[in-house]
Amino acid sequence: MNHTMIFINSFVLVCLIVSFLKDKTKTKKALKVAVKSFFKMLPMVLIIIIFIGLLLGLMPPEKISQFIGEQAGWGGFLLIAFIGAIMHIPSLLSFPLAASFLEDGAAIAPVVVFITTLTMIGIVTLPLEIKFMGKKFTLLRNGISFIFALCIALIMGAIL
Amino acid sequence: MKNEKKDKQPKKGKKNLIGLGFITLIFVIVLKMFPSKSPAVISASWVYFKEMMVILPAIMILMGLFVVWVSKEIVIKHLGERSGIKGMLIAFVLGALPTGPLYVAFPLVFGLKQKGASISNIVIFLSAWACIKLPQEMVELQFLGWKFMVTRLVLTIIFVTIMGIIVEILTKFEYEPINSK
Repeated sequence: MNHTMIFINSFVLVCLIVSFLKDKTKTKKALKVAVKSFFKMLPMVLIIIIFIGLLLGLMPPEKISQFIGEQAGWGGFLLIAFIGAIMHIPSLLSFPLAASFLEDGAAIAPVVVFITTLTMIGIVTLPLEIKFMGKKFTLLRNGISFIFALCIALIMGAIL
Repeated sequence: MKNEKKDKQPKKGKKNLIGLGFITLIFVIVLKMFPSKSPAVISASWVYFKEMMVILPAIMILMGLFVVWVSKEIVIKHLGERSGIKGMLIAFVLGALPTGPLYVAFPLVFGLKQKGASISNIVIFLSAWACIKLPQEMVELQFLGWKFMVTRLVLTIIFVTIMGIIVEILTKFEYEPINSK
């Protein structure tokens, strides 16, 4: 039991009650959507959790630290930024993954850059974004997002 | 249309299930190969599984509530209207509320662009959608703590605002000379 979990669950409970008082049918529909998306997401959740178990159980912190820790330097930092940009997993799951990296000896900056590029940049969805928004907009948005992800990460690494 | 949609969803589900089968296989092989390491692997997985399961149902309910209460029409109506600082603020809030992966937002944003929403607001909306959505922030809170979440949130808001302005200026820079000729 931790405070965060209690806070999140009570917050959602309040939202649910307010919604229920306002509109019963809408709330029922929301719960249906919730159950559906929960089971849709479950396999991916389990994949990430097993991956985290293997990572924490098998990789000694010194190894992680060499790739994305204090000793890694710019190469590791840029590499993890690229991996984040290429990977295509639900953004909700980037946080447990990030936490496990931190637990296993990663530094803050590469973890933040991973979260930010993972969520903001989609190499996989690039063609779709170009189709809707045009080449110039897409390349600018993704390019600047990449540079700013590095900035955000470096600042966070420095102040936390 | 409906058939097409129905065909697509199980396909993705199947891919995830194959992935799950694959990693479970690796999991089992690893546990057999390194029996000494297996308690550590299992306990690490178990800790994260518990952490996830105490919040995931709530997160999914929250996302479900957004799906029924924050419709596309609401987003389009409010985002297209205002510009300036107030418009940016609205873009942040509206981006942080709806749910779904980023590629769901592209058609929505395309409609907004046609309606004349400013480029900076579109960039802000997309970025907020991508990386500071409310359900996401809650998972971040659970796994990484207050300090981490708030710092990343503040920095992201600052940089995304700057990015919105830059992209707006750069795209204008290109179009204006062509238009004036």
